[in-house]
Amino acid sequence: MIGRRMGRNIRVVSSYIFLIVASILSLYPALWVFFASLRPGKSLYSRDFVPKKFTLDHYHELFTSKSFLFGHWYMNTLRIAVFSMIFATALVLLTGYALSRFRFKGRKTYLSVILILSMFPGFLSMIALYILLKQLNLLDSSYALILVYSFGAPLMGTFIAKGFFDTVPRSLDEAARIDGASNMKVFTRIMLPLSKPMLTYVALTQFVGPWIDYIFASFVLRSRDKWTVAVGLYDQVFSNQNQNFTVFAAASVLIAVPITLLFMYLQRFLVEGLTAGASKG
Amino acid sequence: MPQKKASVAAVLSALSLGLGQIYNRQFVKGILFLAFEIVAVTYFSTRLGHAMWGLVTLGDTPRQPGVAKYDHSIFLMIEGLITLIFLVLCLIAYVMNIRDAYLTGKRWEQGKKANNFRESLQYISSKKFAEVFLILPSVGILFLTIMPIVFGMMIAFTNYSSPDHIPPAKLVDWVGFDTFKQLLTLKSWSHTFYGVLIWTIVWAILSTVTTYFGGFLVAMIIQQKEIRLKGMWRTILIIPYAIPQLISLLVMRNLFNGQFGPINQYLMALGFDRIPWLSDPMWARATVIITNMWVGIPVSMILIMGVLTSIPRDLYEAAEVDGASILQRFRIITLPMVLFSTAPILITQFAGNINNFNAIYLLTSGSPVVGDYQYAGATDLLVTWLYKLTLSQERFNMASTLGLIIFILIAGFSLWNYSRTRSFKEEDMIQ
Repeated sequence: MIGRRMGRNIRVVSSYIFLIVASILSLYPALWVFFASLRPGKSLYSRDFVPKKFTLDHYHELFTSKSFLFGHWYMNTLRIAVFSMIFATALVLLTGYALSRFRFKGRKTYLSVILILSMFPGFLSMIALYILLKQLNLLDSSYALILVYSFGAPLMGTFIAKGFFDTVPRSLDEAARIDGASNMKVFTRIMLPLSKPMLTYVALTQFVGPWIDYIFASFVLRSRDKWTVAVGLYDQVFSNQNQNFTVFAAASVLIAVPITLLFMYLQRFLVEGLTAGASKG
Repeated sequence: MPQKKASVAAVLSALSLGLGQIYNRQFVKGILFLAFEIVAVTYFSTRLGHAMWGLVTLGDTPRQPGVAKYDHSIFLMIEGLITLIFLVLCLIAYVMNIRDAYLTGKRWEQGKKANNFRESLQYISSKKFAEVFLILPSVGILFLTIMPIVFGMMIAFTNYSSPDHIPPAKLVDWVGFDTFKQLLTLKSWSHTFYGVLIWTIVWAILSTVTTYFGGFLVAMIIQQKEIRLKGMWRTILIIPYAIPQLISLLVMRNLFNGQFGPINQYLMALGFDRIPWLSDPMWARATVIITNMWVGIPVSMILIMGVLTSIPRDLYEAAEVDGASILQRFRIITLPMVLFSTAPILITQFAGNINNFNAIYLLTSGSPVVGDYQYAGATDLLVTWLYKLTLSQERFNMASTLGLIIFILIAGFSLWNYSRTRSFKEEDMIQ
């Protein structure tokens, strides 16, 4: 009995040590770039982790600079991210629902096709997409990005959604169908409330996408005022005239903040014991 | 003659869309079908001929000064392709229209009434829900993914490359398998290709395994019932994922900087030598894998925690009553349940890592350069090499060939593996 308790204590203590070390490693780069954004001067390198003097100049410079249209890019990206998140999540969830709960001819083929296509290097399709968007007169517009991001999402997210719906007990929706619920109603009243953790995951992935996608955005968005933050930031880091690390750090902090905040808010839905009570009552 | 209704309806529908439906007394449906036919015929009568000519010849007049009319081979190719896709879709609609007329005719023969328009809609929304809904993502996938991919494949069989075949000043021609031969047998290209290929496979295996089991471990540790402040730990450990990769990787690039980066500063303060994190080929490869763990473990952690929360509690309660140890409970309940739910994701992650452009390009840009490679470096994956070939070298045909080979490798592996995993064969068993 004592041996067992000892074993338990060792396990708990080493778990805590592990978590503390992992937390330090996770936070370090974020803190480093945060302090860099408050450091006076332009240099990339610093002796101290925490600067001796703090300044907000770099944040100020972001919004007043004539060449660095940060505010503009920020709103562009936010708009694209919100719209493609909404459309993409709806598409992904419904596709997952259709493929998880319904049995029809060609279903396995459909799944295999999605699986294969998701493995294709997306970059290869860009030349063709570029020409297609040019013909539809959508080049240099955020609609093009929203369209492509939204319809690209089912390729990546369907399996996650389907896999999750597969774990929701079928007795729940069968009961609802017996009570006369329609297919859409089963989806909105039963599947959606039970799938918040997965919904969170899918929505977040879609929201984050536009913030970090440099390649495709730089292909489509030609004029400077239509850019997203990713395109602008990359331009800032890699154009030789503009080597200014602390401003880059400030921009990085401002980009990371909304996404991190959103994530903290959505955290609440990652509730434990999802099906713990659902199927019993 | 009620016995022959089905064949008559089918023949009428074959003559013109909708006629069979009207004959079956489904007037609204029939008129809709007829309208569709008129639109389709108008479209194809003006375009089909020119599209096919463009696709076969890729044009015959390059742009010359003073001449207004010229052929752009690449535009001709994509127009032809889109017209072809429409043609195939219309042919499918045509066949389905005949089948529908035939089946409705059969119902009349059996003495049942045909559905009126409202009944048809009701039938679709209750019995054909999945098929109808899937049209939307399918159209998106068809035009934004499949069409571009087919186009990319076609490029691999042309000579579309810098410096001699860039339209509109020059024409592009079909060349068959010439580009494949160059890539696989011409010494300068094949040496780079096999070198990059081997590193791509090593990278994909190591990065998938480290992040998946790293995430599994973290999720299991947080999920233990003795651990307090679960929410806090989870929140802290998710932060690397919440920070956009574009930024975290560019930041890492500076952290690992060989000369002034803080990591080497700490090493020196502790009395060690500087480590050439990004400039030595072997160290650079280790660095991209370590950094990828930092970026990727939180994703696996969230995913696996999600699955852990969906495992019914009573399974554990029952196992505990039976006296199963923690390890036994893990082996018998947790591991199979998690693997079951995440097996497809694991494979997708592996495939995703083969094409993990960001993790490599933002951190090292494929460097350090290897002397005898064609435009590639020590950490370059096939996909970043492809990117360089396209954007900086404009070797579109070589890049497309490379893309096609990547695709064949990955698709082959995944299909073989996927058909063997439990979740595909027995997906209806865990319910």
